Amino acid sequence: MRRIFYGGWSITVVCAIIGFMLAVQFRSVRDSQSAVPNQRLEELSGRLIQVEEERDELAKQLEILQRESKAAASNEIVSELQIQAGATALQGEGIILRMDDSTRVAKSGENPNLYLIHDDDILRVINELKAAGAEAVSINGQRLIATSEIRCAGPTLSVNNVRSAPPYEIRAIGDRKSLENSITMRGGVAETLKVWGIQLEVSSAADVYIPPFKGTVKRVYSHVVDEK
Amino acid sequence: MVKPLIGLVIGIVLGTLTPLDFTGGYTKMFSVVLLVALDSVFGGLRAAVNNHFSDTVFITGFFTNALFAAFLVFVGDGLGIDLYYVALLVFGFRIFKNLAGLRRHLLKTHA
Repeated sequence: MRRIFYGGWSITVVCAIIGFMLAVQFRSVRDSQSAVPNQRLEELSGRLIQVEEERDELAKQLEILQRESKAAASNEIVSELQIQAGATALQGEGIILRMDDSTRVAKSGENPNLYLIHDDDILRVINELKAAGAEAVSINGQRLIATSEIRCAGPTLSVNNVRSAPPYEIRAIGDRKSLENSITMRGGVAETLKVWGIQLEVSSAADVYIPPFKGTVKRVYSHVVDEK
Repeated sequence: MVKPLIGLVIGIVLGTLTPLDFTGGYTKMFSVVLLVALDSVFGGLRAAVNNHFSDTVFITGFFTNALFAAFLVFVGDGLGIDLYYVALLVFGFRIFKNLAGLRRHLLKTHA
């Protein structure tokens, strides 16, 4: 018993180590009791590690794919997007519609507006063509794109902010039969317009040329965000 | 009895002051190491009252037991065997055994 009372410094050091560990452990346990339970913590840290690994793996894959696709695929995508956006001229089978104001003279007391082509007449035609699967549409040489307007501008029609007067020539690329039928079907647009004597002539062609969109598209207010 | 007590106090002060924290995966290992250290202390006390205390035995026992216990817990974690509980059980048992020996000896000598 004597020796431990007057023990060497080594025992002092060991006691210091024990005291240190005791204090640290006390504090750790106290802290962990107030915080998240240990098991949950381990579970979460495990999941975190797993997810981080997955993320790194995916980032690597993404990098590889991007590098691979940079040359070949991106060009393909860009050109396809250009076609979809209407930035390129297109040619293919389709129909050409010619529309002109009515030749009838309005009787006295009748609204002469009824015998003119209006923007909503054109809109209905375009709507029918799109429903019939038109891949590209132009009105008097103005390619219709996603932001194109079809609007009454006095006696003229404004498309892509370019005005044009009748006669209007609407070109559409798509299945010839479907496009033609969509316009000339019974009770369809052509029949309604004919009531007012508006001239509408549909001709299908194997090679309809549609010019590209020549304007610019501004994007000022919208910005890309993550999908919600 | 002064020097070990001084050491203990220094250790406790240092432990409360250092921002070291064993939350997370190392809590288990650390608690086992602590238990083993306590066991060594009681073993040392018991040896002291029986008059066969030895510095070298005490210190080597202290460090090897602690390190080996930590290693065992680490390996157990890797293998999916909870050697942690085994260590807790064995060393807890030994602490009480040492305590009992200590008590018996004190009773024998003083009563």
